[in-house]
Amino acid sequence: MTGKDMTYARITNEILLPVENKPNKAWWIGFIVSALGAMLWVVSISLTFWYGLGEWGLNKTVGWAWDITGFVWWVGIGHAGTLISAVLLVFSQNWRNSINRSAEAMTIFAVICAATYIVAHMGRPWLAYFTLPLPNQYGSLWVNWNSALMMDVFAISTYFSVSLLFWYTGLLPDIASIRDRAKGLRRRIYSILSFGWTGSLKTWQRFETVSLILAGISTPLVLSVHTIVSFDFATSLEPGWHTTIFPPYFVAGAIFSGFAMVQTLLLVTRKVLGLENYITMFHIESMNKIILLTGSIVGVAYITEFFIAWYSGVEYEQYAFINRATGPYWWAYWSMMSCNVISPQLFWSSKLRRNIPFSWALSIVVNIGMWFERFVIIVTSLHRDYIPSSWAMFYPTWVDVGVFIGSIGVFFTLFLLFIRVLPSVAIAEVKLLLKTASEQAKMKQIKEGHLEPAEVQYYKESLTKYDSVDMADYENV
Amino acid sequence: MSKTKIILGCFDDPDDMMQGITNLQKNSVPIYDIYTPMPIHGIEAKMGVKDSRLGYAAFCFGCLGLTVITSIVYYTLVGDWPQNIGGKPSFAMPDFIPFMFEWTILFTAFGMTLTFFAATHLFPGRAPRVMDLRATDDRFIIAVDAKGNIPHDDITNLLKDAGAVEVKHNERKYVSYE
Repeated sequence: MTGKDMTYARITNEILLPVENKPNKAWWIGFIVSALGAMLWVVSISLTFWYGLGEWGLNKTVGWAWDITGFVWWVGIGHAGTLISAVLLVFSQNWRNSINRSAEAMTIFAVICAATYIVAHMGRPWLAYFTLPLPNQYGSLWVNWNSALMMDVFAISTYFSVSLLFWYTGLLPDIASIRDRAKGLRRRIYSILSFGWTGSLKTWQRFETVSLILAGISTPLVLSVHTIVSFDFATSLEPGWHTTIFPPYFVAGAIFSGFAMVQTLLLVTRKVLGLENYITMFHIESMNKIILLTGSIVGVAYITEFFIAWYSGVEYEQYAFINRATGPYWWAYWSMMSCNVISPQLFWSSKLRRNIPFSWALSIVVNIGMWFERFVIIVTSLHRDYIPSSWAMFYPTWVDVGVFIGSIGVFFTLFLLFIRVLPSVAIAEVKLLLKTASEQAKMKQIKEGHLEPAEVQYYKESLTKYDSVDMADYENV
Repeated sequence: MSKTKIILGCFDDPDDMMQGITNLQKNSVPIYDIYTPMPIHGIEAKMGVKDSRLGYAAFCFGCLGLTVITSIVYYTLVGDWPQNIGGKPSFAMPDFIPFMFEWTILFTAFGMTLTFFAATHLFPGRAPRVMDLRATDDRFIIAVDAKGNIPHDDITNLLKDAGAVEVKHNERKYVSYE
């Protein structure tokens, strides 16, 4: 945390500023655009439900296309939130404190978007209960517990509900902060939402225990979710899908795309809501480093896949990969390669890592690249199967495009509503940083002479990268 | 007899509040409760609060979830309606592990958190029992029951000595939301 004269009251005031005041113009513009996107989603999904999956561009050969691509893309994006809130908590990385709230919110909204794709893909969503092991009129013919799709039902529903629980429990103290500052109806609403939180000694003690255990169990949960998503493909006999590298490769890709989406959202949120002192250059750079690392893992996975296709000697597998890179969908493959493997390598340069407009642009590039990755895996593997006579191309209809663009609209609508009604930064957790990991506390230590001159020098040098720090304050220190 | 029900020592710094606790404890003044806007590390040991047992609850709920899902899967696919899939055994243990894992997590998370809510009396619609509105903002509050702890001025002085910015003698225990 950076900034001079930071107090507990100032933290509350600054973070609650967007919640307690009328939205500004930037928010309204963003909200209207997102809401229009969400409307497009409503129209597209309604047409899908009314007329059935014939509204999509699917054909006999390519039976899975944009819908599953969108599903995997959103689930992957969701992963970063849990990763930031859970894994970094387990490893006591307290820099997570200022970004975990919005990242978790992003997880929830991304998983909601992902879930809509599954429901839509069912064709007859009113029969969604068929996925549950309920006694029925067929005998009882139960669900097939051997199916990876069944595992997906359990993984995604558990992931969504546990993430929601984790997020909401963490919100309770902050909702109480809003409640105690509000008047009238607002107070009443936030009072109900706060569950009667008081912040007493025992409450906090239990709260911390609960947070730590939830983080501990969410960590393997988040890894299991994308592993199981990859099972949907890996357990099939389709060349290009049937590979054992899929689980770790999907998880790395999920973290990669998730951090890119966090970056896309937070760089804008930080600027618009004036959160420069909480979401600092340290956060931006750390996230960029994670993008670089996971992007490289994904790159290694792509190359390994290609190598193994050749090394296995299986001609179908070999053809699937040659077809990806040089077939009719070569443009998708090379978009994926350049967006996901080549572009993140630019982050080896510390100058680019700390350049905010560049980081933002690159996060968009990564998001596009990760969408292409799923498209390549799904459509190019399917479109040329074992029988050349059934080879086909996939052409999306406008409903396909509408569902996808629309889901982005739904996501941003939810996110924009979230930053208006709930604190986008975990207030209580950021307050913990005030006397430990803040610029102000460090400054006090320096002034009181607790640090070695060499340490001070190093600290000053590392501060130059922060856009929210005025170096003039350090001239005489 | 004064009408004071509760004495609140309001601090603007957690370290001063800890000093306040020390002062009260040295003089054997029992503390009713402490309200803070953030968790204070090390306060449990000082106040003699035992470790939370929610971890045990979490473990039990995890075991319950594992048992429930294992029973469901076993009953449906092995007991009630075994399916012949390529002549393989219907008790396909590796296939069941993801379900067992997911529901262990699901039950642990919900069981533990709901236990936390129940033990702490947190539920939607509960009237917040707030003693000071700034306890969720920037004040660290030590609450002392006024009854039996006299003279009140001594307590006030103990809190002031520790650096309390304000000491309140409230006639009502909770700030009421009208």
